[in-house]
Amino acid sequence: MNRTGTGVRGVAWLCVSAVALVVTVLVSVTIGPADLAVSEVWRSIAGHLGLGGLLDLEPLSRIRDGMVWQLRLPRILTAAAVGGGLAVCGVVMQSLTRNPLADPYLLGLSSGASLGAVLVLLVGIPLLLPVAAFAGAVLALVAALGLAGSLGVITPTRTVLAGLAVSQLCAAAVSFVIFWSAKGDAFREVLSWLMGSVASATWTSVAITGVAVLVLGTALSLSGSVLDAFTFGDTSAAALGLPVNRVRWVLLVGVALLTGTLVSQSGSIGFVGLILPHAVRMLTGARHRLLLPLSALLGASFLVWADTLARTVFEPRELPVGIVTAAVGAPVFALLLWRGRGRA
Amino acid sequence: MTTTSHRDMATSPRASTQGPQAGGLDASRVSWAVDGRLLLDGVDCTAPPGAVTGLLGPNGSGKSTLLRVIAGVQQAGAAVSGAAPGQEGGVQFGGDDLGALPRRRRAQTLALVEQDATTDLPVTVLDAVLLGRIPHRSLLAGDSDADRTAAWAALRTAGADGLADREVATLSGGERQRVHMARALAQEPRLLLLDEPTNHLDIAAQLHAMRVLRRLADDGVTVLAALHDLNLAAATCDHVVLLADGRVSAAGPIGEVLVPEVIEPVYGVRCDVLTHPRTGRPVLVFGDPG
Repeated sequence: MNRTGTGVRGVAWLCVSAVALVVTVLVSVTIGPADLAVSEVWRSIAGHLGLGGLLDLEPLSRIRDGMVWQLRLPRILTAAAVGGGLAVCGVVMQSLTRNPLADPYLLGLSSGASLGAVLVLLVGIPLLLPVAAFAGAVLALVAALGLAGSLGVITPTRTVLAGLAVSQLCAAAVSFVIFWSAKGDAFREVLSWLMGSVASATWTSVAITGVAVLVLGTALSLSGSVLDAFTFGDTSAAALGLPVNRVRWVLLVGVALLTGTLVSQSGSIGFVGLILPHAVRMLTGARHRLLLPLSALLGASFLVWADTLARTVFEPRELPVGIVTAAVGAPVFALLLWRGRGRA
Repeated sequence: MTTTSHRDMATSPRASTQGPQAGGLDASRVSWAVDGRLLLDGVDCTAPPGAVTGLLGPNGSGKSTLLRVIAGVQQAGAAVSGAAPGQEGGVQFGGDDLGALPRRRRAQTLALVEQDATTDLPVTVLDAVLLGRIPHRSLLAGDSDADRTAAWAALRTAGADGLADREVATLSGGERQRVHMARALAQEPRLLLLDEPTNHLDIAAQLHAMRVLRRLADDGVTVLAALHDLNLAAATCDHVVLLADGRVSAAGPIGEVLVPEVIEPVYGVRCDVLTHPRTGRPVLVFGDPG
């Protein structure tokens, strides 16, 4: 059976990227400021996976083991989940709005989610964190699309401008709330919400982001044919028998839910959702059945490497991971603007 | 071109048949308003099966809106621009009320070739045409071999099989039109609606497009095409419906509608009708009024 999009080449791409992600995790966990040997890192992981007795490995000291199992691994796995989830969100948003510049960060969803998260932390109900972040993301999305719509015909440029307004307002509100309330290092906290950080990720973060990506990411990834139908626009999708408005809102709410959950654990990390889908389209074309899972796998690897750079380049000081993704992503954004010139 | 021009539809029995036939399109009293402006005002439009019906009229007379209302996709466009649509009347096709059909059934019944549909995405022609199979398969499934067979058949019918591996964005206007036609044909529609399918095409490509429509009609498909060029309609259509300001100002065989008394007031130009020396079909020449 030859099926386009998931043909032999597609399956090969998926296998290669899945292997690349596993290798990425295993290698990046050995990189870091503490002088842990590669063998020590893997001994720690094997021990926690219950392979220690089987392979007759000597356990690490509590401190060195904790560095691997309590600090590095949760951080890396959270980065992987966030990167994969944001890439899927980017694909869905770009296809639904037919806007090559759409992503959760540029349209203000991430800042809105950050604001929701910060507010609920201020009130002191950390359990509601993902819910509040989701609410913030939805409100920001509605505000951005509403503002873009009120300017006339919704064009990519108008949408991004409206998203910029929403995201700046939310970012200012996040900063204000933190400065007004924070007792500790307000600057660092503001930065980690606005530029993103997985430095304080725990196994709880891994669970929250991982479940969100597996459940919502899989659900969104199954919508490949639906997104394909939007290739030539809304009318064309409707003529193919899709309930266009219902599909759009269901999928965009799914995107907001996933974005909100991820941002509640990582802050708003930019450009992952923008550049990964474009890079994957260049590799394998625009069929969503392959584009969605491949973007997720490569997005996961991308953010793990970005975070590895962020925590090691200026060690012992750490960069917010958003600086690294922006350093890669902003030039790509400029390139996309340039390619779409004359169509504003 | 002589093979097609020998068909003298203007005088054939099929072309002189009036009114809806069993299986044809019968839209009656279709009205549509956007932002309080009435775009269609009680339009009656019929298109018999096995014939090419031309939808004519000046710019803004409601041709595109009528096609989109028949296709059941106007609401999506209206919702995007924030309009409040209101519809009355009904659209029947082959005994079915199109407005009451489930979306998927409707998409299996009719296909719409839009004007200037474009994409920025890097899709190949074959993948674009395979989109036409979406109404015929589960949304969770990939393309089956049957889907690919249908897509290739559609590509051949539209004369686009040589383009299958090209990217849509790199095609010329004429090539792109063939691809859109193939995408609509992959839906295997019994009713094909086309919005200005010959717009921006050179004359050879225009005639090619109309030849494809003729062949589909001969296979029993009901074809309704909005056309700008009255002479193209005169040369290729069996029936025409002439819209002016959202109302039908004339409808029937081309010999009855494409006459100076009908054309002159609608378009506001002088019009003389000659007879084509080889086909016997009308040829219209225009001049400034007065």
